[in-house]
Amino acid sequence: MAVNDTLEGTHKIIEEARAQQSKLNPLAPTVNDFNQELTTLNLGPTHPATHGIFQNILQMDGERIVSGVPTIGYIHRAFEKIAERRPFYQITPLTDRMNYCSSPINNMGWHMTVEKLLGVTVPKRAQYMRVILMELARITDHLICNGILGVDTGAFTGFLYLMEEREKVYEIYEEVSGARLTTNMGRVGGMERDFSDVAIQKLRKWLKEFPAVMAEFEKMFNRNRIFMDRVVDVGGISAERALNYGFTGPNLRAAGVDYDVRVMNPYSSYQDFEFEIPVGTKGDTYDRFMVRNEEIWQSLRIINQALENLPEGPYHADAPHYYLPPKQAVYKNMEALIYHFKIIMGEIEAPVGEVYHSVEGGNGELGFYLISDGGRTPYRLHFRRPCFIYYQAYTEMVTGQTLSDAIVTLSSMNVIAGELDA
Amino acid sequence: MAEQNEESPAAQETAAALDPAAQKNAQLLDLLHRLFGADTFTDVEEPYGLLTVTTTRERIHDIISGLQQDQELQLNFLTTMCGIHYPENEGKELGMIYHLHSLINNIRLRIKIFFPIADPVVPTMTDLYSTANWMEREAFDFYGIIFSGHPNLIRILNVEDMDYHPMRREYALEDGTREDKTDLFFGR
Repeated sequence: MAVNDTLEGTHKIIEEARAQQSKLNPLAPTVNDFNQELTTLNLGPTHPATHGIFQNILQMDGERIVSGVPTIGYIHRAFEKIAERRPFYQITPLTDRMNYCSSPINNMGWHMTVEKLLGVTVPKRAQYMRVILMELARITDHLICNGILGVDTGAFTGFLYLMEEREKVYEIYEEVSGARLTTNMGRVGGMERDFSDVAIQKLRKWLKEFPAVMAEFEKMFNRNRIFMDRVVDVGGISAERALNYGFTGPNLRAAGVDYDVRVMNPYSSYQDFEFEIPVGTKGDTYDRFMVRNEEIWQSLRIINQALENLPEGPYHADAPHYYLPPKQAVYKNMEALIYHFKIIMGEIEAPVGEVYHSVEGGNGELGFYLISDGGRTPYRLHFRRPCFIYYQAYTEMVTGQTLSDAIVTLSSMNVIAGELDA
Repeated sequence: MAEQNEESPAAQETAAALDPAAQKNAQLLDLLHRLFGADTFTDVEEPYGLLTVTTTRERIHDIISGLQQDQELQLNFLTTMCGIHYPENEGKELGMIYHLHSLINNIRLRIKIFFPIADPVVPTMTDLYSTANWMEREAFDFYGIIFSGHPNLIRILNVEDMDYHPMRREYALEDGTREDKTDLFFGR
């Protein structure tokens, strides 16, 4: 390690230079005085390298960060307040807009929370379909994060390869739900429709082609000397600090803690699948990158298993009070019309109670804490947003590092502005 | 007769042993009572299998710190915390809800405290959990709950010059001057 790799080292060099200068000519003005002053640098709110709207006011000593003050809330949309006036099914689009890189996970997590409250059991086929979609979402989330990390370290090519694959996944979403980014996918009680033949076809094709692209991406980065020099030992955090800061998801696993909601509290039949939880050792940027890469492979494993063993049967629960009847039936059948009206107007009866449900989101434990007083809307809905919780560690992680390390750390933490500010 | 009487408690025991969640909750409640005394907790419930206890703001810091240090169940992960407002509860309008999790034993615990809106001061958890910092700022921002001892209690998501706490119930989401949208048809 060179002497100027640390803040103390830099100070020492300056001190030595000044001491030598004053020894040579004690009367000469000290030209280096400005080196002792700290520079204030506004990183953000809109900066291409922050990938979202959040500001960090950094105190810089030359190239090194002495302290930082993060400001968030630039795209705060008061989702928790809005949710208090919306029926359950109208809250799904709000969840889309939190972590918009993996909105299907947010949608499914919210549906499962409501199903838990209502006591609805979802048929096995719908659970497997959800698993496929959630794992696709996890892959796209990680693709974005790792692709962008490549861009921030100066490698644009890998990003373009991965974007092409993400586009193909979005086409699968489109076949399943009709939407691409903010998917509003699934319904309370199951899925809105079965997988079409085209969707299955596209999925199978993608499953066949994607591993080669991913392998190429990994070949380009994983042992690349330039890339490793930029990310190894950058922005590290110990497991103890990470737990104290409430880290979850790939960031926590990179620090060496094997906490994964899918394994600890399996939901949506995750216990049926065989997969591994990758963990890192140091919690630095390289570990986070590698954990995400490995999770992509594990997600592929899960999707393959789910697709091969996709059970036959209904794709939604037989819960007419909560699940919209088919439109044709609404025109011909009195009960269907009544249920349709009641569900759309939010007149369904919800039990009084409170429920906490969490899913493994793209970047950590995404929790929904729902308090119902029996009314048409939640009395209180609190989102446990993993970004919001772990981004507060950012200042601690980058203090003493250089500005370019701070950029790389930020992008490897996968901070999504929509989820951060909710 | 004698045989039947002997059998039924044993059958109950096996039934309790078969339900691991209930067993864990019983174990946890036992620990809570042992560590902090049975009279500390009121309203012990288990909605959807998650043990929920209510305590007072005077005890909350001791309890969370005690659970963090406890080596038996290791409830040392603060999953989330949030504020809540019940305007009808005279003298206990505001509340804070803490969710703790043991990553070793996979046990969750929900602790609630309630306090008057006129005196919304609760102890901070930032000395125990770094993650409490922004969660408490969020609760302050939304509900105006003051956390004594917090290092930097300023608004986090809303603008700094906002002069009210928007998640409180008296601030309706809809424009208050509208009369066509009543709760009867459009809920709250």
